[in-house]
Amino acid sequence: MALVLNEEQLMLKESAAGFLTEKATVAHLRALRDSADERGGSEDVWQEMVQMGWAGIAIAEEFGGLGYGYTGLGLVLEQVGRNLSASPLQSTVLVAATLIAELGSDSQKEQWLSPIAAGEKRVSLALQEGRHHAPEKTAARAVANGEDYLLSGAKVLVLDASLADAFIVIARTAGEAGDMQGLTAFLVEAESAGIALSRSSMVDSRNVGTLTLQDVRVPAAQVLGEPGGAWQGLSRTLDIANIGLASELLGLSTEAFERTVAYLKERKQFGRVIGSFQGLQHRAAELFAELELARSIVLQALQAIDSGDEQLPLLASAAKAKLCEVAQRASNEAIQMHGGIGMTDEHEIGFFIKRARVVQHTFGDYNYHLDRFAQLSGF
Amino acid sequence: MSDIEQFRQETRAWLEENCPVAMREPVRGFDDLYNGGRNPEIDHPDQKVWCDRMAQRGWTVPHWPKEYGGGGLDKDELKVLREEMRRITARSPLDSFGISMLGPALLHFGTEEQKLEHLPRIVRGEIRWCQGYSEPNAGSDLASLATRADDQGDHYLINGQKVWTSYADKSDWIFCLVRTDNSGSKHEGISFVLFDMDQPGVEARPIKLISGSSPFCETFFDNARAEKKNLIGEEGNGWTIAKYLLTHEREMISSFGAPPKKSVGKLALESFGADASGRLANSILRPTIAQYQLDTLAFGATMARVGDEAKAGQGLGAASSIFKYYGTELNKRRNELNLAVGGEFALGWEGEAYRDGAISRDWLRSKGNSIEGGTSEVQLNIVAKRVLGLPDA
Repeated sequence: MALVLNEEQLMLKESAAGFLTEKATVAHLRALRDSADERGGSEDVWQEMVQMGWAGIAIAEEFGGLGYGYTGLGLVLEQVGRNLSASPLQSTVLVAATLIAELGSDSQKEQWLSPIAAGEKRVSLALQEGRHHAPEKTAARAVANGEDYLLSGAKVLVLDASLADAFIVIARTAGEAGDMQGLTAFLVEAESAGIALSRSSMVDSRNVGTLTLQDVRVPAAQVLGEPGGAWQGLSRTLDIANIGLASELLGLSTEAFERTVAYLKERKQFGRVIGSFQGLQHRAAELFAELELARSIVLQALQAIDSGDEQLPLLASAAKAKLCEVAQRASNEAIQMHGGIGMTDEHEIGFFIKRARVVQHTFGDYNYHLDRFAQLSGF
Repeated sequence: MSDIEQFRQETRAWLEENCPVAMREPVRGFDDLYNGGRNPEIDHPDQKVWCDRMAQRGWTVPHWPKEYGGGGLDKDELKVLREEMRRITARSPLDSFGISMLGPALLHFGTEEQKLEHLPRIVRGEIRWCQGYSEPNAGSDLASLATRADDQGDHYLINGQKVWTSYADKSDWIFCLVRTDNSGSKHEGISFVLFDMDQPGVEARPIKLISGSSPFCETFFDNARAEKKNLIGEEGNGWTIAKYLLTHEREMISSFGAPPKKSVGKLALESFGADASGRLANSILRPTIAQYQLDTLAFGATMARVGDEAKAGQGLGAASSIFKYYGTELNKRRNELNLAVGGEFALGWEGEAYRDGAISRDWLRSKGNSIEGGTSEVQLNIVAKRVLGLPDA
């Protein structure tokens, strides 16, 4: 497949950029933060995104989506990264809808994907249990009880948890923490008895939840896929999620870089603009080179999702590791090159480094994915 | 049968009949490449046979127009020829700076007479060309070159010195940047001339590199003669041609970083072994190798993306400006890893035990990649100024 965007994709990219730079900017994020908004995003803006089809962009047409594929979603997420736009696009659309599509039966897809595409339901994945991403170490338990399962355990860092209508809880029906087999995905209504939720705000001003499950009764009909056999679909979903997040990091890093270069052309010291200093020029040029590599690996990984490339796991970890590295460098350089003003809350550049680190760590950071990339490369 | 299918069948039959068996062996090193010239270095007699046969059809440079001796093939035919050559693992019949560097400049800037004079001899491998650009005091700052060309009516007299002239001691002619005018800015007054190296006023002395090889020379001109009919483009317009050619050269050098057959990670496994989890049993070196392989993958994707964007009519993106810089830096990283993985054996120099220093010599040679054809620092200056629009100091 040619590594290039077609006309339709270029138009989508432009329309997403146009919408977000008007409706969901860093200034909007600041306002949400300063009002300690529990929703963590504007419902009106989300409904407008839904109207444009973004909630169903990667969902098949038969389930109410656009069937536009993940390259399309990735282009939107890149613009989301540029504007630091807060919405359920990551938690519900990129992650939860993908996992339902991967593991669910046709009737489950009908039941959940259509309302997601219509902006009527929000769903979030409840996977992580400790401070680091380690899906195979899941210890939450599900025990068969008649026609139902009883779920117990604790989940952390559940994205947009306080607004979710349902969670996809990953729990163990067999095996021990560390086994890839024995994991099962349950669709659990947020209102179910036995779930306790507490909300935390993270450094990027987004909300995550800690879930405590105590003998939560879930009908067997709400199991996604085979009991004990969630790993493959979960793993593919995490690959897709990481590529989507890499796309967001690409937009974020590019924007932070462009703002920094603009500042280098404007800020004067020693009687001249600081962008004329070679010490800064070379650092900027090196970063430009890294951003170009980042753009290429993200596009290759997005296309690999849509083409069913069997190299997907390797490309997902490659894209995430590369973008973690580049986002870290771009956001650190952004602060340093802005100097003192970059340290102030009043200036917007600080929002980029905060969001960058959270996205970098979500579903595996640089170290996790570089290790996985090496393993998948055979060493 | 379609025309292209017929072309394929004819090409296949012709190659089968005409490509000598020895020329279907893999290329092991520079010695196996045939460079042509008046006194060609011949490692195997079939090199010249193969070159002559291909040249008769213009297939040493199959994409050049027929009127200049080329094959006149269109894109589809060119693809078929390459595929059919690969099918029988046929070697390239002729590798020369005439083909890769001077030819494109002549096609772009030369007069009809100049093209007819020089291009067919490049196609036939009769003349081996070298490039006279750098001087002792004009390296990164190439435009400050001082080699003089004095107007003598129908010819110029050339005086001065070039350095880093690749294979000047083995070449027949030189394409050379000379100063024809000192009055304007340093970029003005530079001219691009061609002249014969086989004359009393020209001397080429090989330079021995830290790698032990001598691919470059210092070249001295003492009243050397260049005919005016061999001035390419207008007098004083040589800088434009020089920049055009530098782009070609940079593309060539950046491709040195193309990934070799065996990944560093696999070589490291052979060297260090694996731990119980299957990971490389050197946990300190492993992430450095992984980062190198990651960057190699992303760099390959970038070259593909820029090519595909150009094909889709989206123009040659700014990304192409990083190729020379990034490709050569990657190649240096690869060579450092070869030492880390190869251990002290990799530092051998002579003697069969350590392959006559194959690894250490390549490692040393790679240091030049980020110097020749524009240093990494100059490449970063270009990105900063032309792409990012940052101002001069």
